[in-house]
Amino acid sequence: MQQKRNLTQEYTNKVLLNGTLETPKWWAPTVAGLGFVVLIGVIIIATMVNRGLGLTGLSRPVYWGLFITTFVFWVGISHAGIMISAILRLTQAEWRRPVTRAAELLTVCSLFTALVFPLIHAGRPWRIAYWILPYDISRGIYPNIRSPLIMDPVAISTYLTGSTLFLYIALLPDLGVLRDRTTGWKNAFYTLLALGWKGNPRQWQMQTIGGILLSALMLPIFVSVHSIVSWDFAVASAVEGWHSTIFAPYFVIGAVHSGVSAVVTMMALMRWMWKWDDFIRPEHFDALARLLIVVATGWLACTFLELTFALYGQDAPEIALREMQIFQWPWNLLFIIFFVTGYLIPVPIWCVKKYRNNIAIMFWTSILVNVGMWLERFLIIVPGLARRTPFVFTWEAYRPSPVEWAIMIWSFAWVSLLMLLFSRFFPLVPLFEQKESQVFTDDIQIGRAKVPAIVREVE
Amino acid sequence: MTTDVEKFGTRNWGMIADLDKCTGCQACVLACQAENNIPINTQDRVERARSISWIRVERYWEGDFPDTKARFIPIMCQHCENAPCEPVCPVYASYHNSEGLNVQVYNRCVGTRYCANACPYIVRFFNYWDPVWPESLRNHLNPDVTIRSRGIMEKCSFCIQRINRTSRKAKSEGRELEDGEIQTACSAACGTHGIVFGDLNDPESRVSKLKNHKRAFTLLEQFGTDPNVIYLAKIDPNKKGSEEGHH
Repeated sequence: MQQKRNLTQEYTNKVLLNGTLETPKWWAPTVAGLGFVVLIGVIIIATMVNRGLGLTGLSRPVYWGLFITTFVFWVGISHAGIMISAILRLTQAEWRRPVTRAAELLTVCSLFTALVFPLIHAGRPWRIAYWILPYDISRGIYPNIRSPLIMDPVAISTYLTGSTLFLYIALLPDLGVLRDRTTGWKNAFYTLLALGWKGNPRQWQMQTIGGILLSALMLPIFVSVHSIVSWDFAVASAVEGWHSTIFAPYFVIGAVHSGVSAVVTMMALMRWMWKWDDFIRPEHFDALARLLIVVATGWLACTFLELTFALYGQDAPEIALREMQIFQWPWNLLFIIFFVTGYLIPVPIWCVKKYRNNIAIMFWTSILVNVGMWLERFLIIVPGLARRTPFVFTWEAYRPSPVEWAIMIWSFAWVSLLMLLFSRFFPLVPLFEQKESQVFTDDIQIGRAKVPAIVREVE
Repeated sequence: MTTDVEKFGTRNWGMIADLDKCTGCQACVLACQAENNIPINTQDRVERARSISWIRVERYWEGDFPDTKARFIPIMCQHCENAPCEPVCPVYASYHNSEGLNVQVYNRCVGTRYCANACPYIVRFFNYWDPVWPESLRNHLNPDVTIRSRGIMEKCSFCIQRINRTSRKAKSEGRELEDGEIQTACSAACGTHGIVFGDLNDPESRVSKLKNHKRAFTLLEQFGTDPNVIYLAKIDPNKKGSEEGHH
């Protein structure tokens, strides 16, 4: 059961709106710093689009590299939103409440960032309109729907639309609160966004139904988005290391692993930066860590399945690729780091209750997971292309150029900046969810006994 | 009568490369560069593995010293019937035309490079930079061949400009194309006549007869790509019965 906390509604409002109604001291310098990094990144991206992909470290046959790795990484992170807010909502896990908005926000921001990569990665980004928007349909040339690259924008834009709606619907009651506590242009801004929210029973009913419906509708997207991303690789039948039937579930569960870990990172930061110790509590980290143990172990099983599938056929090129991926320099070092950071260090730590409840430990282990998960994607994409093909005259290694590293760093700064800007205008912890859970754990008088108002989950 | 002709066209261009005749002289490579307006592969581009050469001659050593033999194999786009590059292109820049050619439509290409990743023969090339020619070569460019800009894929076209030019000429003269009338740049340049180009749908053509030769094989058969480029294996006089000359 949820630990009983006596937090008054006034206190909840005051503390959770401390980043919105007031400006924390660190906010402006942090945003300025991130903004500077983002600005430099945008200049580098513009230069690359202007000058050409020759600025990257890509070659023949390593045609995809850091950009696609980072694209898959951010799409993976975006799976946090659905996992936390839709699946946990439908399964009525109470502890999800303070985390839902942060997870959804992370989804929207990371998807938005992920979408940038396939665009700037193309040789002629200005022709992408032709690719995503089939303007040539009148001439009978429809985009090739057999290509996963057509299904990618379809799935991701659907997911982005759904997540944005989901975020917005959950924001409505809090927008009402903000509207009532602001004046001037801010008041006008929130009034416009709150869509006349008054908090009457009919509005609450519609808001709740809307949330549940969107949760259920987004579940299929949850599975399909990363499945489709995995098919970018799995349909390339001639590339050992890419052509695997396990890829769709493997990518989805890997995405949940990295996404939920990113939520843990974010929660720790929120607790430290806005001092929301009363709302983001060790028990939430504990619950997430237990979820992560299951997800990580499922993901580990998929990793072994992938290797098993690859080796089962005893196909010499496939075995050679795995040999290179796991045992040959420099892939072996990356593979060890990937395996150790992705599973070997974090999961045993999460198995200890004391560590699960330690926020600093949770923060660093969750960072480790995402280092490992980024490397996982890199280790799938690049060795597959740099493999020793039968034609030795095309063998080539890959070394990412500074431009690629810079654009990758830009993506992290950009996601952080988007979320910090959001936090200045909207509360990162849903006030109404917090109050609802408070009501649920309040005692009510039944006869002579005092019992919790509602029991929904056993801690 | 046959709907196959309506469906697939009357021709199916194919190529035979006889490895027994290949001396590794690279004349085909040079001819291709000149015919198809392929940019100069500067040292920088070669070092960074971004050179473009629609046909390449790979050289392999066979046997231990002193019985070492050089083996050569020219590799160009195999114009696969089941080409892995075609289904992955989001914009149909890579597609199969009615004459059995795997065609690259430069105007459609957005440069995802997905086709190149899917190709097991690694014969697709990306223009990382704009093409450059020294001033002295500018007037030597072939007017029949599009110059590819930065950011798109290119590959061997089986000299489609020659196919079209010769077909038009035959049509205007009111006659059928003769076998061997169309020569790709590489087949015309091959000093030992090791490269034969022709119509695989015509049972009387040289390519049709050679493709059933006992030395015939295709590259990377395990992927089921069904290439239209067929190789004839090297004859090794020292090995009786075994004519597997390729690596």
